[in-house]
Amino acid sequence: MKSKRLQLIPYLFILPNVVIFLVFVVVPALYGFALSFTRWDVISEPVFVGVGNYISIFTSSSFWETTQRTLVYVLTVVPLTYVVSLLLALLVDSNMRLRTLMRAFFYVPAMLSAVVIGVSWRWIFGDYFGIINYFIERYGGTPINWLTTPGWAMLVVILASVWARAGYYMVMFLAGLQGIPEVYYEAAKIDGASRWQQFWRITLPLLKPTSLVVLVLCSIESFKVFDLIVTLTTGGPGRATTFLVQDIYRWAFQRGDLGYASAMSVVLLLILGLLTVFQFRLTGIGGDAYE
Amino acid sequence: MNRWVSRVLQAAGLVLAVIFVLPVIWVVISSFKPGTELFAWPPTFWPKSATVSNYIDALNKGNFERYFLNSLYVSTLSTILTLVINSMAGYAFAKFSFKGDRLIFYTFIATLMVPLQVIMVPIFLVIRRLGLYNSLWGIIIPPAATPTGVFLMRQYMITIPDEIIESARIDGASEWRIFWLIMLPLAKPVLTALTIFSFMWRWNDFLWPFIVISNEQKYTIQVAIANFVGQFYVDWNSLLAMSVLAMIPVLIIFLIFQRHFMKGIAITGLKM
Repeated sequence: MKSKRLQLIPYLFILPNVVIFLVFVVVPALYGFALSFTRWDVISEPVFVGVGNYISIFTSSSFWETTQRTLVYVLTVVPLTYVVSLLLALLVDSNMRLRTLMRAFFYVPAMLSAVVIGVSWRWIFGDYFGIINYFIERYGGTPINWLTTPGWAMLVVILASVWARAGYYMVMFLAGLQGIPEVYYEAAKIDGASRWQQFWRITLPLLKPTSLVVLVLCSIESFKVFDLIVTLTTGGPGRATTFLVQDIYRWAFQRGDLGYASAMSVVLLLILGLLTVFQFRLTGIGGDAYE
Repeated sequence: MNRWVSRVLQAAGLVLAVIFVLPVIWVVISSFKPGTELFAWPPTFWPKSATVSNYIDALNKGNFERYFLNSLYVSTLSTILTLVINSMAGYAFAKFSFKGDRLIFYTFIATLMVPLQVIMVPIFLVIRRLGLYNSLWGIIIPPAATPTGVFLMRQYMITIPDEIIESARIDGASEWRIFWLIMLPLAKPVLTALTIFSFMWRWNDFLWPFIVISNEQKYTIQVAIANFVGQFYVDWNSLLAMSVLAMIPVLIIFLIFQRHFMKGIAITGLKM
């Protein structure tokens, strides 16, 4: 039962949050949308150019290359993170010894800042003094120029991303796993289902809501990757690990073309929106969080 | 399960867990090596002559103490602000029904889909217009209104029985007093979770301070580290020490509040 009287009170309670949201999310979002139809270098007056920026974006080969690169990154990181975090969750959900310690260890990277993770991986995968190359050399291989070869640099960025996030989603899966009633498994056991069958027929279908949340959050997280790149590869070698957000930043704050950068932001937001809708459709889950 | 299978799994799990923390451990170990040893080939595992000189250098050379204190200041104040305003909003959504409540709540949640990365250009302009450019308040206030926090608070407060509030009202307590003296104490578990998360988010924030701050005196630790990497010649000795110092606060919080971390993620994840 909720109170129907005192109509003004709840508004006062949400006021501080609403004000900050309006000033720092809603207004900028609308402002950015408006800016995307202008050419503006901050110093002079903005000039209205209609959909000019969008035309430049969609006819720019650099934009399509960056988008493609971003998609390669996202489409590798998301499934990998999904599988790794689910496997970790299954592992630490069983009642083996030291499982609390394992959970903690798996979670450690998820707490570190992307900036620090970038530094750490740069140190480990260093071309000359990296410990990884030391081991490769020691066991008879040829050291690899991890961060100065385009393909390898992308791989390192992908692995670092999965490593950084798997622990967080593991905890989500863990909560999902613990929400599955034990009786289902008992019934399946009586019917002679193998553990493999139990996983595919019970665990995975009942994890669907958790899976969706993980997929949506992880996709958004991957599309907006920025900090990690700054310290791990600075987008290089060349533009090999430069993704959409890096480009937006570059256009806005280094080249000073705020209109073009805003238009790119709108495009990125559209991609994120479409992706989220698509994932909800795919898994067939809507649901009303308010109830 | 077969005993052998479970033993193999146990061993595999432990090995994997150690591999997971190895990069962190390697950075910590490296940070105690003197310059010559840091670039020795083949590398040594344990530092032969362990030293804290990297830490002393980092603190002296790069004005690092300043950055550390800035981060501490920003994270603490922003977290306090988050706790107050998010729990207020959470209370309103949990215990009142008012015109537009659903719409506003969903709008809050939907902003999770509008990351800062997408609005960084106009944010920069708004921040400048408001005179918050190069001010630590520019990184304290805007991120404080977290949608996740509102969501967490609301989901928890909804489970607190209405009767408690009703009887307080009958006793003549004001809404403000009910919130501070009844709701907040009851919401302590979720407040703890939000405190930890918020502190960690703000401590690890990079893009906000990167956009808002250009004055070197106001750098946060993350911006300082990133700036350090951006230079042509990377001073690994100081950089590794700085990175370890940047990890310490969150690792300490994690060690103390491990349980709350797990619970917090479970709540946000489950009912979204």
